[in-house]
Amino acid sequence: MTENSQAPRPLLEVRALSCERDDRLLFRDLEFSLDNGQALQVKGGNGSGKTTLLRIICGLNDSFAGEMYSRGEALAANWDAFHAGLLYIGHRVAVNHVLTPLENLRWSCRLHDPADDDEIREALDQMDLAGYEDLPCYSLSAGQQQRVSLARLLLSSAELWILDEPFTTLDVDGVALLENLVARHARDGGAVLITTHHKLALPRLRALTLGMTR
Amino acid sequence: MNRPEGGAINRAGAGAAFLATLKRDLLISVKRRNDILNPFMFFIIVVSLFPIGISPESAMLRQIAAGVVWIAVLLASMLSMDSLYRSDYEDGSLEQLLLSAQPLYLLVFAKNIAHWLVSGLPVILVSPLLAYMLALPAEGYVTLVLSLLLGTPVVGMLGSIAVALTVGLGSRGLILAVITVPMSVPVLIFGTLAVQNALAGGSPAGYLALLGAMLAASVGLAPVATAAALRISLN
Repeated sequence: MTENSQAPRPLLEVRALSCERDDRLLFRDLEFSLDNGQALQVKGGNGSGKTTLLRIICGLNDSFAGEMYSRGEALAANWDAFHAGLLYIGHRVAVNHVLTPLENLRWSCRLHDPADDDEIREALDQMDLAGYEDLPCYSLSAGQQQRVSLARLLLSSAELWILDEPFTTLDVDGVALLENLVARHARDGGAVLITTHHKLALPRLRALTLGMTR
Repeated sequence: MNRPEGGAINRAGAGAAFLATLKRDLLISVKRRNDILNPFMFFIIVVSLFPIGISPESAMLRQIAAGVVWIAVLLASMLSMDSLYRSDYEDGSLEQLLLSAQPLYLLVFAKNIAHWLVSGLPVILVSPLLAYMLALPAEGYVTLVLSLLLGTPVVGMLGSIAVALTVGLGSRGLILAVITVPMSVPVLIFGTLAVQNALAGGSPAGYLALLGAMLAASVGLAPVATAAALRISLN
């Protein structure tokens, strides 16, 4: 039981992680750790395994060799506890098209941290979606759907954010908004693992580049 | 309005997540009316073709009535199955389901219940009417409805495993039916035997009990298998 949040062991520690996919080595012996207050940007060209790496860390993909620890405990034995402190936003944004933003968030919050309607409306408002709460999501643009998904960042109490290409469909304001959220989360003691081709203006941002072995 | 009764908010999150998933899936089905209407209309069309194709003689029809209704129900549930996890897979909601700290068994079970409520229940409700059209004798009605009530959730949950296994495939076409139909055959056999037994003056209790046992086993095991299949499909 390492419940102590001040434990010296890092929030996420990856050791000797290798992944081979369709007979192609994506990365080998990857080592890094991520602790509270830090943001780590995963870089690499298209097809270099960024998304695969994030999905491995989330526990969605198990075709890897190597070890991962959270607070010194092996993730393999402890997924539920790890998932409780994790918020993952993939490039498929988990927004159902026939539901409204409000209905979508009610459900996705309920899977992690329950939020009431007022909190959800407030979060949507902050994401610049005021007035769109009750429209079906198929009538929103791709960027707006991305914002609906990103509103979960505001509603979550998760320690670790794993964001896969969150900037792709956002406009300039959206990019600034998300950068602020990420910076604030790291400042408040959270940790962020992010992939993007975008140049991030974040203090104390670290980078991990994949695809060097090719 | 969406909160469970006080106190239960943080620790009893599993129940809340179960209800939220149930409610969400029902809402999606209501908004996409085809999910409800298609299997329902298909069921009615298939059953009503039999008197036209075979014979309008009630002596002939009453012998095949139970079997026809049961087969049509099976085919209709096959038709509705395809939409079960498809859109959630495509929009990424399934990933969120898997990453929830709540037990996946419960969430999958909630989805199965929602699916049965929109695809199974309407068909069962209209089945006495169609059985009447097929001249099923009066003593068979209760047994028919009971056997459907016990049997269709089994078919739905078995189908859910097959859908979960194939959700990642681009075009799955018939493979779903090829996986599901053999597993559903016992349900079909006991369902129709129960009705025939009731018509012959015997007690259908034994066959209904068997269907009940299958239902209990499916509730316990099928969502576990579906959950495992979803993890494989998303890998």
